[in-house]
Amino acid sequence: MSSEWPLWEIFIRGQHGLNHRHVGSLHAPDAEMAVKHARDVYTRRNEGVSIWVVPSAAITASSPSDKGPLFEPSNSKVYRHPTFFDIPEDVGKM
Amino acid sequence: MDTVVDLDTALFEGLCRMGDSTLVLGHRVSEWCGHAPVLEEDIALANMALDLIGQTQLWLGLAGEVEGKGRDADALAFRRDVWEFRNLLLVERPNGDFGQTLMRQFLFDAWHQPMLKALEGSNDARIAEIAAKAGREVAYHLERSADLVIRLGDGTEESHKRMQTALDNLWPYTGEMLTSDETDRALAEAGIMAAPDSIRPAWESLVGEVLGEATLTAPEGAYMHKGGNQGTHSEHLGHMLATMQWLQRAYPDATW
Amino acid sequence: MYAQMVKSEATNEDPAKLAAFQARIDAGEKIEPKEWMPEGYRKTLIRQIGQHAHSEIVGQLPEGNWITRAPTLERKAILLAKVQDEAGHGLYLYCAAETLGVSRDELTEALLSGKMKYSSIFNYPTLNWADIGAVGWLVDGAAIMNQVPLQRTSFGPYSRAMIRICKEESFHQRQGYDIMMKMAKGTPEQKAMAQDALNRFWYPSLMMFGPSDKDSVHSAQSMAWKIKINTNDELRQKFVDQTVPQAEYLGLTIPDPDLRWNEEKGGYDFSEPDWSEFFEVIKGNGPCNAERMEARQKAWDDGAWFREGLMAHARKRSAAKVAAE
Repeated sequence: MSSEWPLWEIFIRGQHGLNHRHVGSLHAPDAEMAVKHARDVYTRRNEGVSIWVVPSAAITASSPSDKGPLFEPSNSKVYRHPTFFDIPEDVGKM
Repeated sequence: MDTVVDLDTALFEGLCRMGDSTLVLGHRVSEWCGHAPVLEEDIALANMALDLIGQTQLWLGLAGEVEGKGRDADALAFRRDVWEFRNLLLVERPNGDFGQTLMRQFLFDAWHQPMLKALEGSNDARIAEIAAKAGREVAYHLERSADLVIRLGDGTEESHKRMQTALDNLWPYTGEMLTSDETDRALAEAGIMAAPDSIRPAWESLVGEVLGEATLTAPEGAYMHKGGNQGTHSEHLGHMLATMQWLQRAYPDATW
Repeated sequence: MYAQMVKSEATNEDPAKLAAFQARIDAGEKIEPKEWMPEGYRKTLIRQIGQHAHSEIVGQLPEGNWITRAPTLERKAILLAKVQDEAGHGLYLYCAAETLGVSRDELTEALLSGKMKYSSIFNYPTLNWADIGAVGWLVDGAAIMNQVPLQRTSFGPYSRAMIRICKEESFHQRQGYDIMMKMAKGTPEQKAMAQDALNRFWYPSLMMFGPSDKDSVHSAQSMAWKIKINTNDELRQKFVDQTVPQAEYLGLTIPDPDLRWNEEKGGYDFSEPDWSEFFEVIKGNGPCNAERMEARQKAWDDGAWFREGLMAHARKRSAAKVAAE
């Protein structure tokens, strides 16, 4: 059996309470060690306060060829964006 | 007890004991940089060495201040000879294989962490402050080294064998860090530093627990070496210092 | 550079697909791992990113050579942190290469068997403390010239790795120059060390950019694919123009009697390095090739039991967990 450690995707939440963000990947024998490695590899410059690790093999991605059907329909729904609506200046900040 | 020990001298000594151990171990660990078994581990070891070197600057910096002869941390690290070093014999043991390096780290961390915890209660604020900062770093060192000892002890037949050999080789160097001498006792009585024998219960229980989980067995009734913290070292330290101090010794007028 | 003389692979694919792919690159789009790409693009990238990663890892060795002899605690910490960064950069790059369907172990084995190369520069020895300054100043300086534009490379994971690397690298060259300043303004011996380091590292640094490739088809293909952004000559000229005044500030002499400012082109004229030496180093005949490979081979062999031991333990744990459920 191969002794190459599996690949993990690393997500780190920075100092300011934002979402966990994908920062890269690394190898580790299991999840606990992946967390430790992530701490040592990806927070050397005080970048994070919380770490998630996910086996790379467990990620299901949208298919690149679906790009059109998946994302284009939202292009036409401009009314979801606040700039779609004209509010008179007299109304004040909204 | 009769106070033959001058407290300032004792304090200088006690601080060198902390700083020399972190210096020598930091140096040993840094020898791995670029040579570790896997990249993730190479990076983790360098973090640990960096922590230890940083702690050395604090401990030896304070030692120089206490001594009051104008020596800073660098002067103490690079311009003293073997007999003036006060580090534990354990940390000057050569790296050996990666198993020996990790076992040495664990046996030291299991002492270092409770020692720093005790030093946080020092009535000397400078010591308490260094101990608190170092303690946060060392808590992680211990978590890592204990975890790796368990995993490798209970890994493959070969990893088990290597960890057991490392334990057998290093065990005789563990008695020294749990035994107090006159200096230690004087500092402990004054509430400045903690006596090594007060660390023994914490060390024994932690080491026992981890070795048990790692399916490793500590040798029984082993002879215990001593002398490092009083300046009597193994031959290994001289070679380390010859390397480490070479530039400072060869070009004493230079600044770097 | 860290990836020297990377040959681009020929591609025999549907011209319509190729044209669409090229159009995406021309439009500045990033190519992501699971998307269609020409086989030649994929293979060339594996070779280039892999070589770049190997260079970071082998590049730990010449500088690591001085960690145990660094002259102060602070210098020791700075150098250790820097060499550690290189391990990190190697790691990011291996991960980027892995998204193309090759494993880190496969890449490592290709390095150890000599099938894959690393930058020629790391086959030169570090002989005195000023070499550590020179490596930071010149070698990292040359590397940055190439890495900054590569942040815009077309392959997403490579580009993202380069962005992270450039951010972290920013202190490397400065710490090198900082050492050089101390040495050049220090005792006569220190100044002599600094000059000696510059003498030995100047031409090997110029070689880092690789031989002139202005007429190379490989280079043209790689540039079209945006996995190479500038020609070797452009980068070399930029490096020389940037470095000469820095050497002057240090009071050091660049070991090139023919170096002079050319008003017309707005840059320096300088001597080419000895390219026959470069090709020998690439072939394995540099001063330290054998030692570098020996060190990497030893780390790999000696570490096998460790990697296997941890994997075995992880399997036991996960089996125990499954059994408990």
